[in-house]
Amino acid sequence: MSEAATAAGRPLAGLRTWCTMLAICLEERLVYRGDFILGTLMRFLPIVTQVFLWTAVFNATSRPDIAGYSRDDIVAYYLLTMVTRAFSSMPGLAGGIARSVRDGSVKKYLVQPVDYVGYLLAARIAHKLVYYLVAALPFAGVFLVCRGYFPPVPDAATIAAYVVSLLLSFLLGFFMEATLGMLGFWFLEVSSIIFAYMLVQYLLSGHMFPIDMLAGVPIGIAGVSAADLVRWLPFEYTAYFPAAVWLGKVRGGTLARDLAIEAAWVVVMAVACRLAWWRGTRRYSAFGG
Amino acid sequence: MHNSNRGEAGDGMAAAVISVEALAKEYRVYDKPEGLLASVTGLFHRTSRRVEALRGVSLEVGRGEFVALLGPNGAGKTTFLKALSGIITPSRGRATVLGHVPWERADAFRRRFALVMGQRNQLWWDLPAAESFRLHKEIYRIDPARFDRTRDELVDLLGVRKLVLQPVRDLSLGERMKLELVAALLHEPEVLFLDEPTIGLDVVAQHTIHDFLKKVQADRRVTVVLTTHYMKDVAALCERVVVITHGSILHDGPLEEIVDRFTTHKIVTLDLEATPAAGRLERFGFPCEVRGPRVTLRIDRSRIADVLPEVLRSEGVRDVSVEDVPLEEIVAELFRAAPAPPVPEATP
Repeated sequence: MSEAATAAGRPLAGLRTWCTMLAICLEERLVYRGDFILGTLMRFLPIVTQVFLWTAVFNATSRPDIAGYSRDDIVAYYLLTMVTRAFSSMPGLAGGIARSVRDGSVKKYLVQPVDYVGYLLAARIAHKLVYYLVAALPFAGVFLVCRGYFPPVPDAATIAAYVVSLLLSFLLGFFMEATLGMLGFWFLEVSSIIFAYMLVQYLLSGHMFPIDMLAGVPIGIAGVSAADLVRWLPFEYTAYFPAAVWLGKVRGGTLARDLAIEAAWVVVMAVACRLAWWRGTRRYSAFGG
Repeated sequence: MHNSNRGEAGDGMAAAVISVEALAKEYRVYDKPEGLLASVTGLFHRTSRRVEALRGVSLEVGRGEFVALLGPNGAGKTTFLKALSGIITPSRGRATVLGHVPWERADAFRRRFALVMGQRNQLWWDLPAAESFRLHKEIYRIDPARFDRTRDELVDLLGVRKLVLQPVRDLSLGERMKLELVAALLHEPEVLFLDEPTIGLDVVAQHTIHDFLKKVQADRRVTVVLTTHYMKDVAALCERVVVITHGSILHDGPLEEIVDRFTTHKIVTLDLEATPAAGRLERFGFPCEVRGPRVTLRIDRSRIADVLPEVLRSEGVRDVSVEDVPLEEIVAELFRAAPAPPVPEATP
């Protein structure tokens, strides 16, 4: 094969390699289906407790709504963040990367002509696909039981925007956690950093409460509310934003702008991840592998 | 299987595939004194030491050579292999492998060599090896027909055809190592680095792997650099032995040369007609071990021709054998004799 033909075939070959990687990652995920099914079902529990908690809150107050959310809105919101988290949460990703650095198994990716970030992405997509396969039925059941809490199904354009926001939330979650994991090149132990990240993420993503509730909450800087601060961070796109899109809280020009910001965050974190890998492997090889 | 004619055409042993010049690698390690108090003060003030894993190693390896790196633990063997396979960047010095600087990690380079570490897996633990092979086919962009042919040949040579469809985690250590070797050779690397490939394996598995490596290396003129602690590996495989101690090359040459240079005596075993009287054999002046009628003497090489006839004449000898000192012993002596470099001072 001539050099030119090889060069032309390269992107295609890269894609084929990646698809094989995805297929093999899928097979690997399916090995542990028993454990996986149990883990998946357990993840529904916190949602149930949240629904009970907010029901108790509404029972205790005479107000029909809190910060613009009725009881039904809150339940619908929680179920929708559950869907977003099914896309954007990356259990074990950061810890796994840090472990592979610590135990040296990352070496394989220095020796073989293979892209580690691409491999991680394939592995994570496989992880998610198997998860959806297992979780589809329980999800459907929960939504069927709770259908009364939801507003009418939005129009096609909103649904399309919702799907885009979900896919972007997957990529954003992936690149944020992968970057976090690569701190393992600098620190021997990253579990505390991961824990701190999870905590911040839980508070600021809208996973704990809808973040528009923070509007008007002062943070000590004149004219800046807690909601403004959150707006400047990427976290809301990993829980709150897609749910808000479905519920029709973000529309028209604002919707387009926020989707663009979400996409921009994905690019920023993808670059950060590559940079961390590049700097990290250089450091790793300088300090002795 | 034919070796493709990439790179130097019609090259002989002379064309260096691996070329290393004054390669040095230093690490900084932190000392942590014992005790809780020291741990607390360590938070604010740490003392570190410079460790020189490699101190100016120079080496040339020609195409098709089979080189063993010998040395005690911590001598720098693995560091050297890591530098040659691009896992670490050296502190000083130069190296090229197949014309590439390894630690630049160009894909064009990474497609042409393989590294097998005895205790690490490149195979997917929960899947059959066949799946890892399939992935390698894509990663290394191996032509499908060629892939099938190479895989079948390698698998048959090692007698592991039955095992490729079994999850790797269910295999024994030896079986896994064989499949690791198959995986490493699927893309027909021109250079193969083996870090203790036979560690922990039984004699039969070691033997199979020796035969396999010999055949593969001969058929394809693969350049192989191997680290090991087993002299059996060296004796079976390598024409050239590089002894590394304290990060420097102590000796580089054919195996026989080492035996020749570092053997000071021969081992003479006598089967006598009767157990000798105490002190009787000591009169020859050599260390001797008496076990009933069997006696083992260690006689200086320079004096063997004089002493042996005398020994045979004076005793009722039923049988005699004269052997070289076992390779293990020679190498152990070599390691011990190597002068230790000065320890660098601790710096705060």
